[in-house]
Amino acid sequence: MSVTGIGAAVRRKEDRRFITGKGHYTDDINRPGQTFACFIRSPHAHAKIKNIDVSAASRLPGVAGIFTGAQFAEDKLGSLICGWTVLSKDGSPMKMAPHPALAAGKANCVGDAVAVVLAETLAQAKDAAERVVVDYEPLPAVVDPAKAAAAGAPLIHDVAPNNTIYNWHLGDAEATNAALKNARHVTTLEFINNRLVPNAMEPRAALAEYDAASGSLTLWNATQNPHVARLVISAFVGVAPENKLRVIAPDVGGGFGSKIFIYPEEVVCLWAARKLGRPVKWTAERSESFITDAHGRDHVTKAQMAFDGDGRITALKVHTTANLGAYMSTFSSAVPTFLYATLLSGQYEIPHIYCEVDAVYTNTVPVDAYRGAGRPEATFVVERLVEVGARELGVDPATLRQKNFVKTFPYQTSVASLYDAGDYQASLQKALELHDYKGFARRKRDSERNGKLRGIGFATYIEACGVAPSALVGQLGAGVGLWESAEVRVNPTGSVEVLTGCHQHGQGHETTFAQLVADRLGLSIDQVNILHGDTDIVQFGMGTYGSRSGAVGMSAIVRALDKVEAKAKKIAAHLLEAAEGDIVFKDGKFTVAGTDKSAAWGEVALGAYVAHKFPTSEIEPGLKESAFYDPTNFTFPAGCHICEVEIDPETGDTQVVGWTAVDDFGTVINPMIVEGQVHGGVAQGVGQALLEHTVYDDKGQLVTGSYMDYAMPRADNLPSLQVDTTVTKCPTNPLGIKGCGEAGAIAAPAAVMNAITNALGTELIDMPATPATVWATLQKTHTLPRAA
Amino acid sequence: MYAFTFHRPQTLRQAANLLTKNDEAKLLAGGHTLLPTMKLRLAGPPQIVDLSLVEGLAGIEQSGRSITIGAMTRHNDVSNSPVVQQAIPALAKLAGMIGDPAVRHMGTIGGSIANNDPNADYPAACLGLGAIIITNKRRIKADDFFTGMFSTALEPAEIITKVSFPIPKKAAYQKFRNQASRFALVGVFVSKRGSEIRVAVTGAGANGVFRVPSFEEALKKRFSPKSLEGMSIPADGMNSDIHGSAEYRAHLVGVLARRAVAEAIGK
Ligand SMILES: Cc1cc2nc3c(=O)[nH]c(=O)nc-3n(C[C@H](O)[C@H](O)[C@H](O)COP(=O)(O)OP(=O)(O)OC[C@H]3O[C@@H](n4cnc5c(N)ncnc54)[C@H](O)[C@@H]3O)c2cc1C
Repeated sequence: MSVTGIGAAVRRKEDRRFITGKGHYTDDINRPGQTFACFIRSPHAHAKIKNIDVSAASRLPGVAGIFTGAQFAEDKLGSLICGWTVLSKDGSPMKMAPHPALAAGKANCVGDAVAVVLAETLAQAKDAAERVVVDYEPLPAVVDPAKAAAAGAPLIHDVAPNNTIYNWHLGDAEATNAALKNARHVTTLEFINNRLVPNAMEPRAALAEYDAASGSLTLWNATQNPHVARLVISAFVGVAPENKLRVIAPDVGGGFGSKIFIYPEEVVCLWAARKLGRPVKWTAERSESFITDAHGRDHVTKAQMAFDGDGRITALKVHTTANLGAYMSTFSSAVPTFLYATLLSGQYEIPHIYCEVDAVYTNTVPVDAYRGAGRPEATFVVERLVEVGARELGVDPATLRQKNFVKTFPYQTSVASLYDAGDYQASLQKALELHDYKGFARRKRDSERNGKLRGIGFATYIEACGVAPSALVGQLGAGVGLWESAEVRVNPTGSVEVLTGCHQHGQGHETTFAQLVADRLGLSIDQVNILHGDTDIVQFGMGTYGSRSGAVGMSAIVRALDKVEAKAKKIAAHLLEAAEGDIVFKDGKFTVAGTDKSAAWGEVALGAYVAHKFPTSEIEPGLKESAFYDPTNFTFPAGCHICEVEIDPETGDTQVVGWTAVDDFGTVINPMIVEGQVHGGVAQGVGQALLEHTVYDDKGQLVTGSYMDYAMPRADNLPSLQVDTTVTKCPTNPLGIKGCGEAGAIAAPAAVMNAITNALGTELIDMPATPATVWATLQKTHTLPRAA
Repeated sequence: MYAFTFHRPQTLRQAANLLTKNDEAKLLAGGHTLLPTMKLRLAGPPQIVDLSLVEGLAGIEQSGRSITIGAMTRHNDVSNSPVVQQAIPALAKLAGMIGDPAVRHMGTIGGSIANNDPNADYPAACLGLGAIIITNKRRIKADDFFTGMFSTALEPAEIITKVSFPIPKKAAYQKFRNQASRFALVGVFVSKRGSEIRVAVTGAGANGVFRVPSFEEALKKRFSPKSLEGMSIPADGMNSDIHGSAEYRAHLVGVLARRAVAEAIGK
């Protein structure tokens, strides 16, 4: 391993610009003559829009234009779409309601944009927005997914009777029911997987510019997948043809999934920029982010796990109601189905699994993929049930897990996934040792002496990254393929540009991708530039989400590098006057096997471009290759997280006092970045379990619409994390990478809740386990001194 | 934010005159309460009177048996002041628990008290120590100053100049944070000075900061957590919201009072 090669903890190249304030985000970009957009948003969760009077507002200083949903409709533009078709049990397609970028006729959630004001300054736009008079007729709203499909609930979209989008299922109902009936023991749990607000540090932003001369539009946009944005905006919304639309995603400050989706605001900015003939800029304010960024999770679940007399899991049955909010966001349909039910086997051999998912509309912000997307929800179901099962059976939770682990690979689960490789026992064992599991009883006694309750909880999770192959996802209803592209462009001096269809918004690709290329070509990482995020510069690509950039994106780079190396060898053979088959490339040098004749990488690169020494009829000049890589299977990262908590029974305050994570991510490119990903993921998962509470009132008002009420995890909510890895390589991609970006957020909620319920001695508590909730639970269960 | 006229008076008299002339004018101290509400367009004062150039409003002095803190003194300066740390360590500690470093470097004691947020920390210290709030017009006892949530005894054009804290024999502050805002979900300040015992509670009450006479009586017999064993306050009149029910807050008042007394006597 070289000092910057694969496996080296190289410092991130991009951090210098970020930590010195030199990052270049959408809001940092200004175009001559730009106007500022202020959206007028429904204050009601559900209301008829009877009239919009813009006359007073239009006369205010600086106002360049005011457009309403009715005008958007007149221009016959298309609707935003959900790009993954899910079929109901009866074969009928999901009920996708129109989602115009500006609502006309009816607003369906608080924050639904009904009009936009464009003005010379943002303050003028806001002043005018206050003077736009919208005449609403409020309608009854439904916010609770458990009530959305009930008789008498207000209907949100005509296309979806009972507010039901689909009733989907996976697995064998009959066999699962039979196994439940014959079980020695059945563990049953009901829980809510709490709705989360994503909270990327950089709010969403868009800047659109129309060039009348060429008739083309440019969109700078805080997005995780610029090409997909361009495709949806051109092909479905129809603001501009694909070749007349350039999407640039400059530095993007965090996404966690929320910037995958195509939102109304960027569409409106493009549409308005053309109408006005002037650039239009919009940057969300934090309060807007709370009510417009797609939220995450929001499941109501009942699940049963069956065990035989030997402690083996014989079946799992799950029913989930998934709240998708007021509209179907870009990938919303897939999250509680294909990204959820397919992972319900966890790390275990479970012969029979049956899962039903009812997706419903409610008058709330749309819900879509958020770090982990379906997999944290699945892990929560499986890992809570296994832990509680162990408690009910009186077996050590680690032992019960070990007994049921999948031990031979490949393993075909009963929910379609084919696990390729893993060693679940190894990660569990290592975690038990690192955590000093044996010492828990002693630590618990020490806590008791101090009047505290201590608990320990596990999550031996599995996840799937790099969702693919494309043909399979196509069969499952995806509107896109999930391959990735790369182009490796060698310059005449030997330095390299890599164009990737992935997009970085916190992952560190500029470093890790450069490590891969530098290692392969014998260069320093400073000689390798990673270009991404501009549809005019980079070939089509699928963007970054679902921990796919390592497993899929880097594999595409490897394929392109293979081609570069093959061609470079041909050229080297001519330069060295040797047979191509005798050329060996190593450490940045081409040598003729068995001789001391060699040519440096740079000489061959230059040779390729001057093209003096090879027949250009056989070998084209230049050195630039591209590849589109389509994986043959998902990858399956897995691991074991152990959480230890201490609870103050007098106040209900819960502190995470110990955390051990042993993950199997396959090949690790940069251990420091991987560790950072685990830290961030665990923090988000702890946030979900202890702090983050998205509360709507009955009328559909978001009660937790700011940081005064929505609690984000902070450094002091976490202990020092012990993070380690075990490695089984992924057999289906060239580097053996599995992916690491979401693991922490997937494992953590279950681990925390297992620890808390262990400490409390009751399972009857939902996330987030805030101090008030924990205290109230203790009062109910009478296990402790009651309120003094 | 709405447009406003910005004034930077050099003297207290100029500041007071500006307030008298413009009824809707607002004083600006650290801005950490006022500016966010203006940015959200929840407040739109047409005139802002910035106190930052007014001489003599910041600083900490010890005189005899009290400590006097200027209205424009930042939370961070109180928390790091050797004088405060020595004379009333509980007050220094309280100031260090307000918000985050950015807030503590801007926010001021005068702004905090004038604002009287029902979850703010300083009101508990003022009431819990029996402070005197000094204005450009008069001296007001803390017991008379805090009149309800976000309301005080301040009259229009009245400016807080200083707060004077008598030095207690023993004192401590226990804060149980709201996990989101990190203001006090409940905070209890206890002090003992001669025969005077004070227990002041912030965060819990629907009308802002209040004293707990029953606890004070019990502690008069013996200043020990044991004296409060089994005692609590009624849930009526407590705040109830998504962060905690009235019962929970009432319960925390008892718990935190006991812990504060234990801390004050060094246990
Ligand atoms: C993120 C964040 C976290 C916070 N956390 C906490 C916390 O944990 N605990 C806590 O107690 N507070 C907290 N605060 C509030 C903070 O302490 C404020 O600074 C304080 O409440 C107001 O002080 P200021 O100097 O910023 O006042 P400003 O915002 O400038 O003014 C507040 C009000 O007081 C008036 N005023 C200011 N000075 C005077 C004066 N001398 N005489 C009369 N009226 C005056 C102003 O006109 C205005 O109405 C937090 C604030 C933020 C933004």
